[in-house]
Amino acid sequence: MNMELSRRGFLKAAGVGVAGTTLGAFGFTELEAAQAAAVRPFKLTNTMETRNTCPYCSVACGIIMYSKGDLRKGETAEIIHIEGDADHPTNRGTLCPKGAALRSFVNAETRLKYPMIRKPGSDKFERVSWDQALDRIARLMKEDRDANFIATNEAGVPINRWTTVGFLAASATTNETAWLTYKVVRSTGIVAFDNQARV
Amino acid sequence: MTNSWTDIRNTDLVVIMGGNAAEAHPCGFKWVTEAKANRGAKLIVVDPRFTRSASVADFYAPIRQGTDIAFLLGVINYCIQNDKIQWDYVKAFTNASYVVREGFAYKDGLFTGYDENKRDYDRSSWEYEIAPDGFAVVDETLQNPRCVWNLLKAHVATYTPEMVERICGTPKDKFLKVAEMIAECSSPTKTMTSMYALGWTQHSKGSQNIRAMAMLQLILGNIGVRGGGMNALRGHSNIQGLTDIGLMSNLIPGYLNIPVEREADFTTYMSSRTFKPLRPNQTSYWQNYRKFFVSFQKSMWGDAATPQNDFAYDYLPKLDVPSYDVLRYFEMMHQGRVTGYFCQGFNPLLAFPNRQKITESLSKLKWLVTMDPLETETSRFWENHGEYNNVDPASIQTEVIQLPSTCFAEDEGALVNSGRWLQWHWAGGSPPGEAKHDTWIMAQIHLRLRALYEKEGGAFPDPILNLTWNYHDRNEPTPEELAKELNGYAVETLYDPADPAKIVLEKGKQVVNFSVLRDDGTTACGCWIYSGCFNEAGNNMARRDNTDPDETGAYPNWSFSWPLNRRILYNRASADLQGNPWDPSRKLIAWDGTKWSGYDVPDIAPNAPPDVVGPFIMNQEGVSRLFARGLMREGPFPVHYEPFEAPIANVVAPNIRGNPVARIFQGDVAQFATSEEFPYAATSYRLTEHFHYWTKHNVVNATLQPEFFVEISEQLAAEKGIAHGSWVRVWSKRGEVKAKAVVTKRIKPLICDGKPVHVVGIPLHWGFTGKARKGWGPNSLTPFVGDANIETPEYKAFLVNIEPTTAPATV
Amino acid sequence: MEPSPRTATSNPPVAASATAANLTERDLVRRSASTVPPPARQLEPVAKLIDVSKCIGCKACQSACVEWNDTKPALETNTGIYENPHDLTPDMFTLMRFSEWENPQTGNLEWLIRKDGCMHCEDPGCLKACPAPGAIVQYSNGIVDFIHENCIGCGYCIKGCPFNIPRISKVDHTAYKCTLCSDRVAVGQGPACAKACPTHAITFGTKEDMKKLADSRIEDLKSRGFENAGLYDPPGVGGTHVMYVLHHNDKPAIYSGLPEDPKVSPVVNAWKGMAKYVGFAAMGLAAAAGMLHSAFAGPNRVTREDEEKAEDLVKEKI
Repeated sequence: MNMELSRRGFLKAAGVGVAGTTLGAFGFTELEAAQAAAVRPFKLTNTMETRNTCPYCSVACGIIMYSKGDLRKGETAEIIHIEGDADHPTNRGTLCPKGAALRSFVNAETRLKYPMIRKPGSDKFERVSWDQALDRIARLMKEDRDANFIATNEAGVPINRWTTVGFLAASATTNETAWLTYKVVRSTGIVAFDNQARV
Repeated sequence: MTNSWTDIRNTDLVVIMGGNAAEAHPCGFKWVTEAKANRGAKLIVVDPRFTRSASVADFYAPIRQGTDIAFLLGVINYCIQNDKIQWDYVKAFTNASYVVREGFAYKDGLFTGYDENKRDYDRSSWEYEIAPDGFAVVDETLQNPRCVWNLLKAHVATYTPEMVERICGTPKDKFLKVAEMIAECSSPTKTMTSMYALGWTQHSKGSQNIRAMAMLQLILGNIGVRGGGMNALRGHSNIQGLTDIGLMSNLIPGYLNIPVEREADFTTYMSSRTFKPLRPNQTSYWQNYRKFFVSFQKSMWGDAATPQNDFAYDYLPKLDVPSYDVLRYFEMMHQGRVTGYFCQGFNPLLAFPNRQKITESLSKLKWLVTMDPLETETSRFWENHGEYNNVDPASIQTEVIQLPSTCFAEDEGALVNSGRWLQWHWAGGSPPGEAKHDTWIMAQIHLRLRALYEKEGGAFPDPILNLTWNYHDRNEPTPEELAKELNGYAVETLYDPADPAKIVLEKGKQVVNFSVLRDDGTTACGCWIYSGCFNEAGNNMARRDNTDPDETGAYPNWSFSWPLNRRILYNRASADLQGNPWDPSRKLIAWDGTKWSGYDVPDIAPNAPPDVVGPFIMNQEGVSRLFARGLMREGPFPVHYEPFEAPIANVVAPNIRGNPVARIFQGDVAQFATSEEFPYAATSYRLTEHFHYWTKHNVVNATLQPEFFVEISEQLAAEKGIAHGSWVRVWSKRGEVKAKAVVTKRIKPLICDGKPVHVVGIPLHWGFTGKARKGWGPNSLTPFVGDANIETPEYKAFLVNIEPTTAPATV
Repeated sequence: MEPSPRTATSNPPVAASATAANLTERDLVRRSASTVPPPARQLEPVAKLIDVSKCIGCKACQSACVEWNDTKPALETNTGIYENPHDLTPDMFTLMRFSEWENPQTGNLEWLIRKDGCMHCEDPGCLKACPAPGAIVQYSNGIVDFIHENCIGCGYCIKGCPFNIPRISKVDHTAYKCTLCSDRVAVGQGPACAKACPTHAITFGTKEDMKKLADSRIEDLKSRGFENAGLYDPPGVGGTHVMYVLHHNDKPAIYSGLPEDPKVSPVVNAWKGMAKYVGFAAMGLAAAAGMLHSAFAGPNRVTREDEEKAEDLVKEKI
């Protein structure tokens, strides 16, 4: 094992919390009252750390998200920095140009914030409430399912196919979201079910 | 991946072909640089372009896109001709000695049984000769002319170095250098790893590209060993998970199948899934299929799935076509046969081929629901963006409902990496505005639909009304609750069949793993291959012990690797017939006279004697398949087929266009071009600065690669009068794009069948939303045809034309 | 080599007790246009080693640099090349430079990708050329840092730099460049770029360790046929605290114009000598700047407004 990949001590089953530091590594054995003449104050001081996984490719690099505010205490948490998790066996703290800029994905201007509806023929989205959007979706589904569901074939064999509505699942949702999506979609008889693995 | 990212450190030779790991998977590629730096490993890159992977390679060879099979069969031929075979492995662990039925033949690019009208085969002759005892006939001497080895030898003989050069455009000396380097890995103490991605899958014969390399790896004895394997580098963070959980038309979680219409009842369904061993004493693990299926049904429908109703077999839809994959479904949409569509974190307007057709299809929907953390082109497909999305909103009658979901930073749960590790992560940030978790959104859709059916009744409401929904908060199931369902639990108290007084597991407890699942309805399990991920020991996916005994790269206590926390699939094949490692320095597991043990969870019954039970336990043969029987639609061996749009005719089968069994829709045929009309061979790909169509929303990545471009050679630029950095128009028979020209030495014309072929490289990543400059994706140009087995679109090889132009009008 | 935490591969601390800056005025060995007392202690010299042969040109270093330093580089266009931004800017302290080179010996194409940025010279031309007291400092561990409050935006640091690195901001009219993440190093961390680098082409540690690591890399490269592989640690500037492993160390210029033998200009050295004795304050800015300006050949990038503003600033401070 070469030095740049030297194995570090691990944090057993610790999803969150303060990681080990390397203070002292550069000959600083004592803390001194720094007269902050020059260097920028360290910007992660007193932030909250949370372990997560990069959402992009399948290398699935470990990341640490640094936030102001702690979700677990019911606070609003704003992510101010993200970098690689040095304890992670695959990426060892490194990140690619996408992963290294994850903070700017989380805080992108084009993040969606509210449910929107675009009416037929319209040239704009209009904001609606979650209830309006979800009730509308359930009604549209039911209308079409009741009209087009194929319960049996000509021989009377149950085939339970709903072919006129399709569901395209994601590529970066969790297993748990995927499983819930599977349950919900399969229970309706939708057969046009696919995900990003196809392409 | 059969292996894992961290295992790549154990290799001697990395072959990157059909992928570009340095750019698409930089932090995984780290393990290539580690293998090079620490054990002197070599890296070969074979690609139409000199990529950033090639920039750090020991050897680079160019190849024309869409000709990988010819190249790989050429390498197999080289190994056979030069006796570079891991003979002990091939004889014991592959079906080389199996005798194929009389009547099987191959001629002029086709196997026996082809029906041109159906574009399909009668595959009955692609099978072993079966002896009266019910087992396959083998000839261990490999003398029988019909044994797989001799058929293979004859099949690959066409692919000489000269033929490879003629088809692929790879100069003979470069091909021979690659073949020689690869052939060295036939030694039991040398291994090679194959790292591939969409460069192999996005072809009309993508599955056979991968099979060709898998066959080569078997011949070299590189499957199941450290530093070896077939390593598919999956493109998204949980594509592996979504595939495992079977979010596809024809799948049930854990690679079980949705019934087809002719499987009218459960008994019929199971009758073709007995998986009887084809050789004595073999495991054939799929014999447990029924346990996994019934446990899945119990997980879905609980008490409503009973032995009396065949565990609610009829709740499942039955397919009338092989699958309603996205290509078929957009074809149906295009024909006006679809009412509504959901896109969850997916952007088909830029992700599916022939964008014009996609736009027309979406415009025919009555409604479209999108769920995404970011703006997508799909949810705004009706919005006019000048040349970049030239549509008339007033004429599009689709109602679009856009739902804001959270992103990774605000969400908890597991993602499955390419190496099958299920890694748990935690939420650290608050969602913006009113954005909601996907789990909440899906629960709401279900609960509201369920309420309507409860109140109003309607078409077959049973599977909806009886869907298991035992969550503490019905409105938002927690990730832990869902993970526990995936793992499985005892529906009833389980007793030991050998000792009915002995309790194996109390009712309601999590099963330890899939070995305790039953087919009588007493266990439930959402996805059998994940079983063990969240058992009574807790959430094993959240384990973070990164110790690695003897630095094998296994990290056995880091997260959970399916199946059974096994890190390298087929690891029994890392040892010989006595159970000793082929390479003692790369030991994985070994036989101590009574049991298997080692660094990894053995991929075999712990007490299975090494000279009796074969290592490929999922196959009925117990060995791997050089000859695929009837399991692949094109044939039991790969054949070189040209892409549907190719710059030259097929040299080995001049009368065949494209893949003879690929599905093509009538309306698309007229849109396939010939090289007379469109002379240049195009390919599409990712750049390292961006991730798909997401990071154009990220101001940093937008800065690092701000604008859509195409890459061409200096020769083509000179021929067409294209200046470096100038605007070009690239068009195919299906559409056009405008881009900046990057003129480079990294792409060079290839000579194929005596004719120069110019390559045009077209990166994806740009659209009309986000921070980066507006542009197009390659899907404006690509043909609407997919792989014959799995329908992955042919994005990697198609034809275009190119000319200088002026900048698009700014919007 | 012993496993060592002295690399960029560790997670940043967050506790206030662990994040107090440990690079202080007392650690300065040089301060532009001023004299400093001998440092109270000698810190271990550090270095960043950039192994060009392991670099895949992914720009993770650029990305990590922007995110750590909270800079906002402008969105440019594609001009037919992979470099983006097209050059170092006040908001882009490091840049991958790409060069397609056909090796005449082998006939093979080599795509040479070099991470450009401040070299943190042991003998820093920028600092010596700088007329503003305390605008450029050098710590005893080798880091050369710009102190923006003291910068007058005159641009002489650019002229003094043998590598053409600093850039003047149009927003605040001060000079910017790589700090070697002095704020991270001050708390025992490696620079953001080195932490991020996927292939560990960028490593960080003591200069001694980095030289040893370079030796092992050079040995590996020689075994692969790169007989001129070597370490770029140019003596003309007293060595650097950012070093390169090059496969063709005999031809640094093929790596997008890396200087063959960079040196601090003799004029800059003369100026430094003068400043030492006469003292900047006594001379007055206009005189000093004028003298320095006339001493250099080439156009002056400083606008009149900049100079006036700088003059005012310096007067205030004096």
